[in-house]
Amino acid sequence: MASNEEILAGLAEIVNEETGLAPEAVELDKSFTEDLDIDSISMMTIVVNAEEKFGVRIPDEEVKNLKTVGDAVSFISGAQS
Amino acid sequence: MTRKVVITGLGATTPIGGDVPTMWNNALKGVSGARTLEDDWVAKYELPVHFAARCSTPALDVLSRVEAKRMDPSTQFGVIAAREAWADSGITEFDQDRLAVAFATGIGGVWTLLDAWDTLKEKGPRRVLPMTVPMLMPNGVAAAVSLDLGARAGAHTPVSACASGTEALHLGLELIRSGKADVVMCGGAEAAIHPMPLAAFASMQALSRRNDAPERASRPYDTARDGFVMGEGAGALVLEAEEHALARGARIYAELAGTSVTADAYHITAPDPQGLGATRALKAAMFDGRIQAEDVVHVNAHATSTPVGDKPEYTALRAALGTHVDNVAVSATKSQMGHLLGASGAVEAVLTVLAVHERKAPVTINLENQDPEIPLDVVTSARDLPAGSIVALSNSFGFGGHNAVVAIRSV
Repeated sequence: MASNEEILAGLAEIVNEETGLAPEAVELDKSFTEDLDIDSISMMTIVVNAEEKFGVRIPDEEVKNLKTVGDAVSFISGAQS
Repeated sequence: MTRKVVITGLGATTPIGGDVPTMWNNALKGVSGARTLEDDWVAKYELPVHFAARCSTPALDVLSRVEAKRMDPSTQFGVIAAREAWADSGITEFDQDRLAVAFATGIGGVWTLLDAWDTLKEKGPRRVLPMTVPMLMPNGVAAAVSLDLGARAGAHTPVSACASGTEALHLGLELIRSGKADVVMCGGAEAAIHPMPLAAFASMQALSRRNDAPERASRPYDTARDGFVMGEGAGALVLEAEEHALARGARIYAELAGTSVTADAYHITAPDPQGLGATRALKAAMFDGRIQAEDVVHVNAHATSTPVGDKPEYTALRAALGTHVDNVAVSATKSQMGHLLGASGAVEAVLTVLAVHERKAPVTINLENQDPEIPLDVVTSARDLPAGSIVALSNSFGFGGHNAVVAIRSV
């Protein structure tokens, strides 16, 4: 079970790997599309990598609800418990 | 009045140089880019061929990690060559709606396709990445180059096996002549040094098995030639309507005087032994460029080093040029860099443009005992080409009976 801090750090690493964005730019209140300029293809790659990293399943229909980094951290945290 | 088309930018990444100046220096020296493959898959799959000619500069030394992640290796090479050619052209201000792309490949995203298939089998469909389709599609390289340059007059991908790169120049010339574009980024890219294509080409007995001496394996016209050496990389050329180039005071390397494409309709892989399709292609390119046999001083031959392929090209050259063929300096540059498949025509066109511009013919290596049935004047040490107006031809032939020729004239 990863803490929220660990999930955020892990997500930041995945986002950095996919987009080159600095990990510290990946903050809880940042919107994936508006602030981080992540397109839908990159978003799906990030989702799949997060599933593997955190051992969770993020259904396709859930992805559109993950507007901010915080949304993703909450969902992953909930899915782990 | 037909629009005259000139070449104003060159780019390449190849087994004998990661940029045009390095490649050209090596091409005049005569080096081999073939090496033993150190990959564990050579032994794992018991491949009969243990060597190939990899690009001398890895794509990741040039591109950022993030941009490379979204490109198949073939597209990575294509974008690297296109960026070099674009910078070399010096074009800064241009009409995006008048810039087209004609960027070829023989095979396309074979690494991406087979990696995704492995992922599907090992990890399931969820792990097959969403970028897989745009990375494996054969038009991926033309699309990436179009996106990179902002070219909006069309992005095309001629696919005709090992004639693809030359066919891209044929298309580029047509796009400018017909008035659909003023500038065309032309080229070819290939990255197929993967165990499956190596196994497949070996299976058809097309590859050299000279495992103990990779650098001596590609030996066009030599009596001991036993197949081609797989290469990889990309070449790119900026074609420009002459009036467009003159208006911006561009440096002009040469004129793309004529091009042609024909089909053998003889056999799916074997070349017509009489070289009839190749002869028609040579004659058509010369007619297209209003070129007489006596104008031709140099040929960059297709010459892959296969036992059956090299001779029909000679037959075709003799049929098209007559006895003047004896006065033509012939270079078989695949002896140095191997066979870049769909990129070979583009890279060899770059070399042919430089040969005309610098008036020097590049070297054919590994010619120890010339096949007496191919009595061409083969350039084995860098040779000066004559002054005055000169023409050079570059030939490419592909599985499927594709023949493509470009004629380059000095300016």
